[in-house]
Amino acid sequence: MIEEKSMLERSFERVHRRRKHLQRFIFMLFRTAALVNGAALIVVVAFITINGWKAITWDFLTQAPLQSMTKGGILPCIVGTLCLGIGAIVVALPIGVASAIYLNEYARPGRLLRLIRLGISNLAGVPSVVFGLFGLAFFVIWLKMGVSIIAGVLTLAALTLPVIIGSTEEALKSVPNTYREASLALGATRWQTIYRVVLPAALPGILTGAILGLSRAAGETAPIMFTAAVFYTPNLPASPFDKIMALPYHVYVLATAGTNIEATRPLQYGTSLVLIALVLGMNLAAIVWRARLRKKMK
Amino acid sequence: MKNKRQRTDKSVRIFFFSVALASIAILFMIMIFLFMEGIPIFKKISIYDFIFGKYWYPTSSPPDFGIFPLILASIAVTLVSAAISIPLGVMTAIYLAELAHKRIAELIKPVVELLAALPSVVIGFFGMVIVAPFLQETFGIPTGLNLFNAALMLSFMSVPTICSISEDAIYSVPVALKEGSLALGATHWETLIRVIIPASISGISTAIILGMSRAIGETMVVLMVAGGAAMIPESLFDPVRPMPASIAAEMAEAPFRGDHYYALFATGIVLFLFTMLFNVIADHVVHKYRQTGEASL
Repeated sequence: MIEEKSMLERSFERVHRRRKHLQRFIFMLFRTAALVNGAALIVVVAFITINGWKAITWDFLTQAPLQSMTKGGILPCIVGTLCLGIGAIVVALPIGVASAIYLNEYARPGRLLRLIRLGISNLAGVPSVVFGLFGLAFFVIWLKMGVSIIAGVLTLAALTLPVIIGSTEEALKSVPNTYREASLALGATRWQTIYRVVLPAALPGILTGAILGLSRAAGETAPIMFTAAVFYTPNLPASPFDKIMALPYHVYVLATAGTNIEATRPLQYGTSLVLIALVLGMNLAAIVWRARLRKKMK
Repeated sequence: MKNKRQRTDKSVRIFFFSVALASIAILFMIMIFLFMEGIPIFKKISIYDFIFGKYWYPTSSPPDFGIFPLILASIAVTLVSAAISIPLGVMTAIYLAELAHKRIAELIKPVVELLAALPSVVIGFFGMVIVAPFLQETFGIPTGLNLFNAALMLSFMSVPTICSISEDAIYSVPVALKEGSLALGATHWETLIRVIIPASISGISTAIILGMSRAIGETMVVLMVAGGAAMIPESLFDPVRPMPASIAAEMAEAPFRGDHYYALFATGIVLFLFTMLFNVIADHVVHKYRQTGEASL
């Protein structure tokens, strides 16, 4: 005898099936959202690579721009961007690491710590163009540095400082407390513990953060527009008070204000390609390195 | 009695403390110099007329310094971009934290990070040469450089912010909550929407606020793809001129310490206050509605 399912059971089943269907549909949406992110990255990178590939030649990478920037290469821009990025890190790294050491190793929870943290998060949120205005008003005009590498470096350093602080703090946090306790138990002072035990253990993580900060500084345009970069300068930088060309600014100028925007398209793609290769390459290196570190820590 | 070592230790501590104040010091310097170079414009025009003035013609004579169209453009671009980036960012975060296989998640997370690392000028360039012609042809509009294009490109910048912060928040919801809900017979989706998301809503809100703050302050994208017309936008496809674009485009030509120069710095003040407001709200949300395990539900 076949037992009939009760009405109640059947309606339960129906509801259950509907719930399952709804879930499957919504989860598919979530999956699509994640795919859109991947697709966006691939589309932008692929598009720049395909169009920019043809422009990349030895001359393009090793020559200065010629004929009012419609021909020639981008060597001054590459050199300029490296100068700015490395300079910014050289300034921001010691300050950032020291700040993070205070926050993670010395500070006790309280109103002061909260205030410092609020300051850092606000600094991280300041729009890049406002950093540009600040650099112009403070470094270029008030300190009379003029439009120069040094003014650009200091402006970019202010901008990368929160990045460095954040990643250094993460690196310090990942050092197990037992390390500190063991060192203190042996009679070392707090500073000796930090200097001899905590910092060496956190060093790889700190350097990863430095690479991320460097790539951030190298990719920024707005902060250097008024402080360091110029349309064109025939010479490679010789002193910190020189004006320079930079990759991001070069892309912007060629794409919007060049003498012949259509004719320089290949140069625009080529410059963009060099820029994203530089920036994404550094990021990828940092990501891979960090993944290895995390594995090792476990 | 204090020995030499202890004295050294104390001075080292003081040294680190004073360096840690650098961020606040820089923030104050930014404020001071923005105000120093921006305030003089208010000798020429009242704050009310500056903020609510409908016309921005800084180079005509007599010049008009009303930044209302610029403020409105910034807000419009940010809101439209939020409409794209909030669903996309939060959904990706949920996928990464709850659904994805661990291996796949480890593959997608770097993708989101790289997306965040793309230089804004490259995204602006992409919007100019690819998205703009595409929009122009598809919708038959006079220019592809407009509000919608800018909002779309800005989403590139804010999705990674929204995604990574939300993911942290969702990930840190105690497993016990999830298990409890599943044990009561709820499906995974019902558990998500009724338990996990409410439990992590403060983190998700912070993520959204910071993402929008990133979008409103982003410069190169709006400079290159927003179209640049200082008009009050009426449609999604109108060219606009958000505040950062105006500052970046005009500063080079503005005569040093002329009215135009002061007005651009004053625009910077307004922009700075906007992002500061976003950040303070985000900070407030984090501290006030902090998740403390199950207790906060």
